[in-house]
Amino acid sequence: MRLSKSLPFRNLAGKPIRTAILILLTALLSLTVFGGTLMITSLKTGLHSLEDRLGADIMVVPYEATTKANLENIVLQGNTGYFYMDTARLEKIQSREGIGQISAQFYLASANSGCCTIPVQIIGYDPDTDFTISPWIKKSYRNTLQKYDIVVGNDLNAFVGDTLKFYGVECHVAAKLDKTGTSFDTTVFTNADTIKALIQSSLDLHLNTFQNIDPDKVVSCVLINADEEHTPEEIVNDINLHVKKVKAIQTKEMISGVSDSLAGVSNVISILIIAVWLLGIMILLLAFTMSVNERKKEFAVLRVLGASRKKLAGIVMQEACITAFSGSTGGICIGLLIMIPFNNLIEEQLHLPFLLPDVSQLIVYIISAVILSVLTGMISASVSAFRISRIDTGLILRGDN
Amino acid sequence: MILKAEKISKEFPRQMKNANRFTAVQETDFRLNPGELVIIMGRSGSGKSTLLNMFAGLLQPTAGKIFLDDKSLYDLEDQELSKLRNQHIGMIPQGQTALYSLTMLENICLPYTLYGEEPHEADACALLDRLEISHLRNAMPSELSGGELRRMAIARAMMKKPGILLADEPTSDLDDETTKIVFSFLKESAHNGTAVLIVTHENDAKNYADRSFRMNAGMLCQD
Repeated sequence: MRLSKSLPFRNLAGKPIRTAILILLTALLSLTVFGGTLMITSLKTGLHSLEDRLGADIMVVPYEATTKANLENIVLQGNTGYFYMDTARLEKIQSREGIGQISAQFYLASANSGCCTIPVQIIGYDPDTDFTISPWIKKSYRNTLQKYDIVVGNDLNAFVGDTLKFYGVECHVAAKLDKTGTSFDTTVFTNADTIKALIQSSLDLHLNTFQNIDPDKVVSCVLINADEEHTPEEIVNDINLHVKKVKAIQTKEMISGVSDSLAGVSNVISILIIAVWLLGIMILLLAFTMSVNERKKEFAVLRVLGASRKKLAGIVMQEACITAFSGSTGGICIGLLIMIPFNNLIEEQLHLPFLLPDVSQLIVYIISAVILSVLTGMISASVSAFRISRIDTGLILRGDN
Repeated sequence: MILKAEKISKEFPRQMKNANRFTAVQETDFRLNPGELVIIMGRSGSGKSTLLNMFAGLLQPTAGKIFLDDKSLYDLEDQELSKLRNQHIGMIPQGQTALYSLTMLENICLPYTLYGEEPHEADACALLDRLEISHLRNAMPSELSGGELRRMAIARAMMKKPGILLADEPTSDLDDETTKIVFSFLKESAHNGTAVLIVTHENDAKNYADRSFRMNAGMLCQD
């Protein structure tokens, strides 16, 4: 590289501690912005994913499910649990007005004992009526699930072709789903026939807390989409008023708590980003000012040798650009090293749906963070660049003696 | 090249007893011809360096004009003036003026590399030989003595074979032997056609000068 082009690099290499501090500062800035933005985006993507996965306007569950084996804990937090209600209630719900689509689901939690390979939530759906899970499963598995076929969530340590045992029944893994960033990533899905067989087996092994149920005459919850003439709110009110021992919940309300928590976390992260950014700009401004002041004489010498004011400012700006680019690249790498391997841990700790954006989006965030960091570095250095372009060369050189 | 100053003076803002301006250089005319070595002597603070900086195109006079051949220096845009300084004016500033992240040879080649030009390394080596520092070409400035650094600054100023060479105290803090090497070199440069102007405290410098001036409280007088 020609010395004219490498002079900023040589200047930076000549003062390794000062350069390292500048790079660390910009790394911190970009880590905060990139990591924070990625965190907020992942939470929002997770929430959208959860909304998509729920896929229904209304969930109807046995009344005790709202207090005991809490539905929200199962759906939102990834806890395992199950509850049942008589199919007669499904028929009553079906007869209400305003129902566009309706389908039952069946819940079962595998036991943490020898009869089961892994303790997970198992959800069964009726392929004839289902409108929430089937479209999603079809993205990973186009065939119809046969009896004892299962589809596993992305975070489960099972792969296509594996055999998992639940309550002594061997099930074949037909597909593995894409990551959703929700509790569904640790859930096993199967059709109604299979889950009824599993429920029966759990009863036979006396490992089901419900002892006097007939798997063919119970469902766990009912999912409903309103028709065009009725609002979900009207249907919820109607069911809660006229169908006994059940609770109808709008899924929108169910995830409003998650949505509120997400807004809270997002606000805290946003404030943190702004605070760190402002503080960073001030520190960088100070650091560049000190760095240029320290080298005033070197700049005066360059001026003596024929460097124009623009060229002097250019050297300062190039140095800022190099440090900011190096720092931001480092910060982003650290951010990726934290967010990608530990995204499951973050999800667990936050108790919120968390789904990293796809690669193309991630690249956009990376490029944006680099541009923003480099711009910040250059803005911070511009004051020093302007000042150094106005130096009184004679005065500086005389000051040495 | 001819350096010519017409009725130049320099005032600085400074709170004084009866005025708020301080006159560093009083109105003066000056001419530096090719092939001559001129010295300006005087006490510290008499305005010698201010005058030199004005001649180098680094400090605009309060009044008057400075010409390099027929070009009025301060009527040029900064980029044009800087380029002209790079090509035609060599300057040896006061004190140690090395860039500490570059080797001695890289420092000497800076007038070329600053404008992306390929330095003539053979010329640089010849200069280093002449100033007896060729063995230090790859040394870092932090490894060099004051005298070696000063010789490096002289070599750097002469690198582009400038028409005008301005030297501000080029031998201060140097021992007698090195002082002799420096003055001999500057005289030789003048002999080769460069117009050399030296600001110095050294009385011995008169032995090398074609003309000498004295600066006293901003007033330039011929000795």
